[in-house]
Amino acid sequence: MKFAVIVFPGSNCDEDAYHAAQDVLGQHAEYIWHKDTDLKGADVVILPGGFAHGDYLRTGAMARFSPIMREVQAFANRGGPVLGICNGFQVLLEAGLLPGAMLRNRSLKFQCEQVHIRVEQTDTPFTSACRKGQVLQIPIAHGDGNYFADPDLIARLEKDRQVIFRYTNRAGEVIDGANPNGSAAAIAGLCNERRNIVGLMPHPERACESVLGSADGLVIFRSVVQSIKSGALVARA
Amino acid sequence: MIDSRVLERHGLTPTEYERIEQFLGREPNLTELGIFSVMWSEHCSYKSSRVHLKTLPTEGPQVLQGPGENAGAVDIGDGLAAIFKIESHNHPSFIEPYQGAATGVGGIIRDIFTMGARPIALLNSLRFGSLDAPATPRLLEGVVSGIAGYGNSIGIPTVGGEIVFEPCYAGNPLVNVFCLGIAAAADIVKGVASGVGNAVYYVGAKTGRDGIHGATMASAEFDDKSAEKRPAVQVGDPFMEKLLLEACLEVMRSDALVGIQDMGAAGLTCSTSEMGSRGGAGVEIDVSLVPQRETGMTPYEIMLSESQERMLLVVKRGREAEVERIFEKWDLHAVRIGEVTANGRLRVKDRSALVADIPNRALTDEAPVYRRPMTRPGYLADVQILDLDRLGASARWGESIAPGDDVASIAPGNHVLLMLLASPTIASKRWAYRQYDHMVRTNTINLPGKGAGVVRIKGTKRAIAMSVDGNGRYCYLDPKRGAMLAVAEASRNVACTGARPLGATNCLNFGNPERPAIMWQFAQAVEGIGAACRALGVPITGGNVSLYNETDGKAIYPTPVIGVVGLLEHADRVVSSRFRESGDAVVLLGEGRGELGGSEYLKLVYDQVRGVPPLLDLERERALQALVVALADERLIRSAGDCSDGGLAVTLAECCFDGGEMGTEVSIDVECIARDGHINDAAALFGESASRIVVSAAVDDVTQVLERAAAAHVPARVIGQTGGNRLRIAVGGRIVIDVLIGEAERAWSAAIDLYFAKQIA
Repeated sequence: MKFAVIVFPGSNCDEDAYHAAQDVLGQHAEYIWHKDTDLKGADVVILPGGFAHGDYLRTGAMARFSPIMREVQAFANRGGPVLGICNGFQVLLEAGLLPGAMLRNRSLKFQCEQVHIRVEQTDTPFTSACRKGQVLQIPIAHGDGNYFADPDLIARLEKDRQVIFRYTNRAGEVIDGANPNGSAAAIAGLCNERRNIVGLMPHPERACESVLGSADGLVIFRSVVQSIKSGALVARA
Repeated sequence: MIDSRVLERHGLTPTEYERIEQFLGREPNLTELGIFSVMWSEHCSYKSSRVHLKTLPTEGPQVLQGPGENAGAVDIGDGLAAIFKIESHNHPSFIEPYQGAATGVGGIIRDIFTMGARPIALLNSLRFGSLDAPATPRLLEGVVSGIAGYGNSIGIPTVGGEIVFEPCYAGNPLVNVFCLGIAAAADIVKGVASGVGNAVYYVGAKTGRDGIHGATMASAEFDDKSAEKRPAVQVGDPFMEKLLLEACLEVMRSDALVGIQDMGAAGLTCSTSEMGSRGGAGVEIDVSLVPQRETGMTPYEIMLSESQERMLLVVKRGREAEVERIFEKWDLHAVRIGEVTANGRLRVKDRSALVADIPNRALTDEAPVYRRPMTRPGYLADVQILDLDRLGASARWGESIAPGDDVASIAPGNHVLLMLLASPTIASKRWAYRQYDHMVRTNTINLPGKGAGVVRIKGTKRAIAMSVDGNGRYCYLDPKRGAMLAVAEASRNVACTGARPLGATNCLNFGNPERPAIMWQFAQAVEGIGAACRALGVPITGGNVSLYNETDGKAIYPTPVIGVVGLLEHADRVVSSRFRESGDAVVLLGEGRGELGGSEYLKLVYDQVRGVPPLLDLERERALQALVVALADERLIRSAGDCSDGGLAVTLAECCFDGGEMGTEVSIDVECIARDGHINDAAALFGESASRIVVSAAVDDVTQVLERAAAAHVPARVIGQTGGNRLRIAVGGRIVIDVLIGEAERAWSAAIDLYFAKQIA
């Protein structure tokens, strides 16, 4: 199985996503340069974390104009699984592939720390191996992770079960003290209506080996491998 | 044209000017004078420090690159080299904290990747005035967010460091940044220009008027006009640096490079003359070809600009197109601005006009060297006297933690312990390191706030541990011993992770070297560093000197900061200071002597900085470090915590933190040094005797730990065991500390946040 890791100028978690897929999961991973126009037969696309194009305008705002994004969109339109992590999530929001927007953290500071997220839905390719309500310990590292959507949109996301991950405490309870950045409805991750595009602010690729403090992120990558192997997903780049 | 006023503005003395005329055989023009002034500034030439630095040990079988290149390198096995250096950005950070710190990070990262290494970790050592001094919160916030803004964007984790608060740094904060990278040992790239006719390329950001005379600024004292020097501070662009980093590493893999150097202090001037000098060649460039951000820039301004994120490359003949293509991929334009010549001179042209023509060696190896006069400062005789019997009773001793709390009568040291844990220098720095991305690159296996930072090396079984440490207070009281203690502490912190210390880098922060008392402090400190590095087997592979850290004639404490790098053969055998299992034995390696000189206790409770710093037996220290490395490697210990600021009681508390509130109960002896009983208790708890490590071990392994210690001639004894939810310490059989771990941890972890909360309220 082949993971495509998109590399924008300024991406800096590309090697970490590659390492998780290639070395930890034992799958095949390949870097795809943002100026490329071919996903080279990938089964899964990862938009990694970082500061694409420097993020000087708005986080993710420039990256959606990179040539590869047209291919990513076409891949997603065919039902292919796309995972946006941190800056990758921000790019998906800016590209209109996921709804809503990001504000600065309510602390107004960059925050790097372990948080807990609860798996809200398991019918996406990236959560299919999870238990509903499973609590994962996965780190965040961002300055703009305060998810914003107006109340109507939040209501629609809830109704359509598009909220995939929520910030909780260790016990899986949604409480304000466990929301690291002020995100609306404690949203840590979302999917699109078709459920094949998932974006999340925490970094599952940083939680794939116990030596790093947590291996809870592995289940997200295992989910997509399983989904593809089981034939639940057929799209190919 | 060149009169005494012009010379003064350039920071050159009349004697130095005469030397310039001798080198040139004529009067310099203004551009040449500018070039000499930056290259002969203290910052670039090390003219006051060089004679002393020469005495430092720089060699060892593990050293692949000693001082003189962009960074030092040590062999870490598997054909790999760890490349590292520490540098200061003190002066710019005082004037503009965010950009000053950010560009400090940018500069040290360039030094590392210039050597062909992929940077994988950052550390920083920061010093400010008291946290409640008016300017400190602004400086601290600016510096921390500047470090975060740059390091996070470029994707290099900040894995550790130290933050110290002391009134002497109020007008001169210290911002020392350390970077470490990994390269194939065979592929280390040097900053040389050679091969007549090879092209000299400029790549990166365009040149502007920012930072002109930054190096000269860093070589002068501050006064109330310093804020006006803001234009001499540069502005950083981490995105540009990220592109440069990736593109340069790609170019280096192509084998088309002869040499490369970043344009840091003294910009184009320094890179052209140093590369030429190292390669025994000359460099000729045309400044009109240099990409410029502003119009009408003169050759003087172009040569002296310190605009950030610029590199100078010498490319093998015939490989130019290949190199240009790689930079184009990253949307960077490599511009050919000149070539290597055979004449050993720096020749600068502006189209057809020759605007500077100087022998390279005059700017580098033959720059002035001073053996400045030194005298032992008069203050020492007084401050070294500490009469414990005259200290009087401490108001804090026996004080209750909360009203109605009768534990204080049984455990009189509780309040002082909580005060120490909440003192800004000892308190948790989570407020700062939470703002740093300390996990990116997924190598960090020992998180910040727990002694040395540790990163694994993917593709091998190994890991690298690194720590930066200094103690200005000790060095103020005795610069030589203070410097030795700084080396010992950095090295001990590395050893406490299980890593064998391999090499060191130093950042020497001092006042005005033209004052004999300061120069004496400097020479003493360098002597101390040399002695400790020799004894502990950690040669100095490079570093940086920052002098003139004075404001309105008041100098900082002499503050050498030492970075030590060590190798862990098995990453999975790393240990941290945290106790792991309940019921383990707590063993103290080393022994206390009740030394309170220069301690945090003396400062906090009596507001005194006096006495002599703790004794240091280097032979004992070496044995202790070797022992703890061996014990960790053989998995005989489960944790190891270095004993330093705040003494044994604070160390024991820290060993309990972040561990689900698991406590410990220990019993130690009185180290009788005073008439007053409570001072003896305090000295045993909070004295800062060196060469001590608290380890924990499974009960079954204790005998072996003690036997190994005896064989290594390291004093060791079981002082208690882990478990429960309290920290309970008996001195001479009486309980003097008895607190809930949760309570102690709250005092420690919330202290800095509380300062900021108070600020806002």
